[in-house]
Amino acid sequence: MSQIILQVADLKREFVMGTEIVRALKGVSFDVMQGEFVTIMGSSGSGKTTMLNILGCLDKPTGGSYHLDGVDIRSLDRDELAGLRNTKIGFVFQSYNLLPRTSALENVELPLLYNPKINARESRERAMHALEMVKLADRRDHTPSQLSGGQQQRVAIARALVNEPVMILADEATGNLDTRTSFEIMSLMQELNTVQGKTIVFVTHEPDIAAFSSRTITLRDGRLQKDSVTNNMRIASVALANMPQTEDY
Amino acid sequence: MKIVSLIRIAFKAILRNKLRALLTMLGIIIGVASVITMMSIGEGSKQSIQSSLSDMGSNMITVMPSSNIPGGVQVQGSAMQTLKEEDVKAIMKGATHINGLSPGVSTSGQAIKGALNWPSNMQGVGTDYLAIRKLNVKEGIAFSETDVATAAKVCLVGKTVVNNLFATNENPIGQIIRFNNIPLQVIGVLSEKGQSSFGQDQDDIILAPYTTVQKRIMATTYLQSIYASARSEAESDAATEEITQILRERHKLRVDEKDDFAVRTQAELIKTLSATSGVLTILLTVIASISLLIGGIGIMNIMYVSVTERTKEIGLRMAIGAKGGDILLQFLIEAVMLSVTGGLIGVVIGVSLSLLIPLLLSWPAVISSSSIILSFLVCAATGVFFGYYPARNASGLDPIEALRYE
Repeated sequence: MSQIILQVADLKREFVMGTEIVRALKGVSFDVMQGEFVTIMGSSGSGKTTMLNILGCLDKPTGGSYHLDGVDIRSLDRDELAGLRNTKIGFVFQSYNLLPRTSALENVELPLLYNPKINARESRERAMHALEMVKLADRRDHTPSQLSGGQQQRVAIARALVNEPVMILADEATGNLDTRTSFEIMSLMQELNTVQGKTIVFVTHEPDIAAFSSRTITLRDGRLQKDSVTNNMRIASVALANMPQTEDY
Repeated sequence: MKIVSLIRIAFKAILRNKLRALLTMLGIIIGVASVITMMSIGEGSKQSIQSSLSDMGSNMITVMPSSNIPGGVQVQGSAMQTLKEEDVKAIMKGATHINGLSPGVSTSGQAIKGALNWPSNMQGVGTDYLAIRKLNVKEGIAFSETDVATAAKVCLVGKTVVNNLFATNENPIGQIIRFNNIPLQVIGVLSEKGQSSFGQDQDDIILAPYTTVQKRIMATTYLQSIYASARSEAESDAATEEITQILRERHKLRVDEKDDFAVRTQAELIKTLSATSGVLTILLTVIASISLLIGGIGIMNIMYVSVTERTKEIGLRMAIGAKGGDILLQFLIEAVMLSVTGGLIGVVIGVSLSLLIPLLLSWPAVISSSSIILSFLVCAATGVFFGYYPARNASGLDPIEALRYE
């Protein structure tokens, strides 16, 4: 019954480096349904980052097709892609990428500034609501330097949520965090996925993190190596509760 | 993207680094302030020249003898004997555009009163002279037509002469002074006029009927000059033309001969001097504009630094949906905001300086609204011009590379 959000068919991406042609993606196909929590895994050089750039509409494929929520990416120009990123994708980066010396609320509001349909008051309300979802409403006036790494990443997740995108695209979102905080972030992701029904595509190279998702796509040398449903998906909140308390010293 | 939110974004970006913003604006501030101050000083000196010349009688026309014979020994104008009393009479009869006419002779000499003496300038003039030169008699009376006709031994003296020939509380009216040994009775004291714009003391003067000076002091029959005043400044050219025609006829000059006299109007002098001060103003303004230009380059420099420094921010903005045009506008608005804010501060400082200079240095300065508008527009344009290239660089960044920039 659920709708196809991502439709990737025979996706190819070639880069010309001087006289050589580097084939980063050599024909990858998969679909992602609405409400899925997919991890894209792969070692360095597997084409993971190229895949992420294309899925995030930051780059265009040189072959094959990519439909995001029914829109064919290859037919769009630079500005149309920017508009699509604004309304359909919520990015979460490894290094948070929050604006320095800017309050959490204003950071969350940022994508709405580029959405002409939303006025100033509505944008403030939606940003506030997004901060509540990541349980940081009381930190709205704090600047990134006044927040911990985990809190900064939660602000970034709120920023990704604020425009109500069809997909959250996370790039090594736990890469800069310790285990406990990573589990907290994953717990939040799982909550967004199960409670809010958000589609999440999570790019990582850590199998630990992949275990929290319902499906794992593994890339190797620019090809799809494995596309498997996780049999016994870990629940991050449970894992968090089971962690030894001694780590809090 | 709403322009209001862009302005808010730009404003916040500037506030994030206040000291740098201030230093960036400094060039513009100095530039605009100096343009306004220089133009005010220029305008002030121009107006002060004009007003001091107008005080001397802006409708005044002066006729002087001049040589029309090329070669030979050239004689100084005042030593030539071509202007006669008959010329004055002919002008009086023929000219329609003038309302005052006076012959003029002058000689310098020693004025003596009792034990005091003073070297001064004796002007022999007609009764209209006071009106032509806008002179007033402060105490006593002016000499009359009868005094002129009889070559009466009377005179009017200026303040400087009074100060040097009379004791502090002595009333000069009715007293006898001697000028080059000729006794003259002081019948009036002239109102003070102060220094002329050439630094000449206009109160160091003795006026007497021209007949008295001609016959009793100089023993000559010719005139050194003829003074007239046009009915209005607009008529001064017509009056000049008229006087020239009358004098050419009187002096029986052929068509191919040059004038043996020169007619000058005060308006011409005003024009010449205004042009000189205008050139000076332009020069000062150009120098000030160069500092404005350097201020603009300062903005460009900082905007380039800012774009490089914020590459990651630009990448992020693009990733979350900013179009190239949004980024371009954001940085352009930032540049214009810096230049316009700097411009406003510059206007305030420039106007304050223009108000302070007359008080502190007693130089005349007149603030012209055109200088404010002009310098402000120039600095806004500077912001756009010098902000455009860094902004275009920012908008052309590839979001993938910008995001990974360290």
